[in-house]
Amino acid sequence: MDLIRAIEAEQLRSDLPEFNVGDTVKVHVKVKEGNRERIQVFEGIVLKRQNGGIRETFTVRRISYGVGVERTFPVNSPMIDKIEVVRRGKVRRAKLYYLRKRVGKAAKVKEIMY
Amino acid sequence: MKKAILGRKVGMTQIFDETGRVIPVTVIEAGPCVVIQKKTVETDGYNAIKVGFGDIREKLVNKPVKGQFAKANVKLRRFVKELRLEDITGYEVGSELKADVFSAGDKVDVTGTSKGKGFAGGIKRWNFNRGPMSHGSKYHRGVGSMGASSYPSRTFKGKRMPGHLGNVKSTIQNLEVVRVDAERNLILVRGAVPGPKKGLVIIKDSVKA
Repeated sequence: MDLIRAIEAEQLRSDLPEFNVGDTVKVHVKVKEGNRERIQVFEGIVLKRQNGGIRETFTVRRISYGVGVERTFPVNSPMIDKIEVVRRGKVRRAKLYYLRKRVGKAAKVKEIMY
Repeated sequence: MKKAILGRKVGMTQIFDETGRVIPVTVIEAGPCVVIQKKTVETDGYNAIKVGFGDIREKLVNKPVKGQFAKANVKLRRFVKELRLEDITGYEVGSELKADVFSAGDKVDVTGTSKGKGFAGGIKRWNFNRGPMSHGSKYHRGVGSMGASSYPSRTFKGKRMPGHLGNVKSTIQNLEVVRVDAERNLILVRGAVPGPKKGLVIIKDSVKA
């Protein structure tokens, strides 16, 4: 078991900011086109974080041209260049599936005010 | 067989490759194995090396087996296997095999003893389909028909029926070695290999390669 942990620990990333469900984030993803690499930004609300350790993933939802788009990334993927937290959301659920049914203003998450 | 090594299954995990894709891997603690005996065509009729792997308390080894180790003048090992290699010139009694006999990118076959499932029904053992569990059905997980009636008036040999499943020697062919850690004697193989964690596995170069 410890050997598995050691192998996984080598790949865990510590350079990413802390973010939670309900936060609005900008995910900078490395995209390979042929032999050229560029950065694509995917901005939206974090719908869920699931699994743990090296297997942890998070799902970001955004409305793109009127269509809801969800993308799931492994948290520790080397394809993620960086993650920016735009705003912190105040939520009372671990999984924000209810946002899928809502449109417009109702699909908003309140911001945490300090 | 050109090269082979004994190992212990540690478990499964995943790693990211350089393109960011996730690869499922099995971690195998391979070696260090020690050569206990060399068998040659002249003396035994075939070429092989006998290797030992894994620590063991002295109390668990009986005298005849201890004698084999004493002859080679090596420490006691838990598992002893013969590896029939084509070329055994590079090996000497007492020399060690380490995980670096394989390198990343190699294709290997991994042999182990599959997990025992005990007495299993047709559904688990032969992937039969199940009957309805409700709506008045009285037929749930049975094996179904044993064959036709008055002709042939018997059940054919080889009819798939419930019985013992698992705990047999099994080989998965053509697995890719993803990474080799020579320091910790680890081999990371793409995909699953037979057997439970801590189970003995034999890694050989692939017959299909």
